[in-house]
Amino acid sequence: MPTFVYMTRCDGCGHCVDICPSDIMHIDKTYRRAVNIEPNMCWECYSCVKACPQNAIDVRGYADFAPLGHSVRVLREERKGTISWKVKFRDGREKDFESPIRTTPWDSIKPPQDYAPPGPAELASQSLAHEPDSLKIPGGLPALGKHPLKRRDS
Amino acid sequence: MLAANPFAALSAFLSPLIPQAYVVAMVLLVAAGTVYDMLHKGSARYFFDSWDAMKRRGVRRVGGGEMLGLALATAAEALASGEFCSTRRRIAHLLTMYGFAAYAVTTAVLVFCYPTPATPAPAIWPEVWSVGALMICVGGYWFWFFIRVDVAAEGNSPWRVVRADLFILSLLASATLALFWAYAQVSGSAWALPLLGLYLIATTVLFGSVPWSKFSHMFFKPAAAFEKRVADANGSRNNLPAPADLPATFGSVRRQPRHY
Repeated sequence: MPTFVYMTRCDGCGHCVDICPSDIMHIDKTYRRAVNIEPNMCWECYSCVKACPQNAIDVRGYADFAPLGHSVRVLREERKGTISWKVKFRDGREKDFESPIRTTPWDSIKPPQDYAPPGPAELASQSLAHEPDSLKIPGGLPALGKHPLKRRDS
Repeated sequence: MLAANPFAALSAFLSPLIPQAYVVAMVLLVAAGTVYDMLHKGSARYFFDSWDAMKRRGVRRVGGGEMLGLALATAAEALASGEFCSTRRRIAHLLTMYGFAAYAVTTAVLVFCYPTPATPAPAIWPEVWSVGALMICVGGYWFWFFIRVDVAAEGNSPWRVVRADLFILSLLASATLALFWAYAQVSGSAWALPLLGLYLIATTVLFGSVPWSKFSHMFFKPAAAFEKRVADANGSRNNLPAPADLPATFGSVRRQPRHY
């Protein structure tokens, strides 16, 4: 089931409008609160549920892990770098999950546009951007020797 | 201009009882409108149903002393507009809220205690009245043109008006026209009487439109905030998971929504 908004909790801050990848979370023109304008197009990505500072948006969990009559709620704490889930099943069981979403401060990672554009040699290389440095492998990438089934260093 | 009591000059052509009766009528309109709003929308029944469900889901009982502490914390949060996650919205709300409180209280004081030139008001009362109206204008127009969500997040025109704007627009009209009327009254302008008429229309709309506007949010919002605090205290937390047991070391990534 697509997202829905508890109107008593929403304060119309617009964070869900900002984050929705389908561009279907909008501000209701009458009540100035968030609303899913096209539920059929919601792919239940939970972006707005996690982004809402008031925890005012809910969505039914996927039926493959939580059948009807359950509750799935999520708490995103960006200052702690965590996201926590609570699943309450209709038979009373509860499951709690807590995951890290990052290990470095926000904005501490250099965005792609701040790097110098790659030259012709880098574009012709088999390596991806920033490799091999970004792989942090001492001695560089391992490579196969002449014999395809035998490592060069063996 | 700021130190002159604009209501005292009304006694030249009106009995002081008429402005006093008008103030009482506005208070009664707000009370009746709020009760009608609760009955019509079923908001009180929704609140108490939600309260009962929250108590049933709780894993511990919240005692009377703790409940009182939560009520005081809710009041402190409401007085500081602490529920807003945007600093700009919070500052604008504080300006408008305290401006309105000063404007409403001093209006009542000036109308009831200093209704004629024979009972001159101390300069502080008209000054607070004017500053209150100015605070409403600063916070309100800032909100209206730059902060409100359909302008800031949806890119709508600030001139687009819908029913949800009834409260903020009538409040702004009342405060703005009050200042213009007071200035015209003090300077002896012929515009004083027409401005008084417009001021009274805007003020009557503000206090008489409670069932259709968000005027009564000042009663409902603290009630909802209190319920949220009690839900946190009794462990039900509206089914939300408990906060992670980790230090807040990563700063915040929240920025103003600019979707359009």
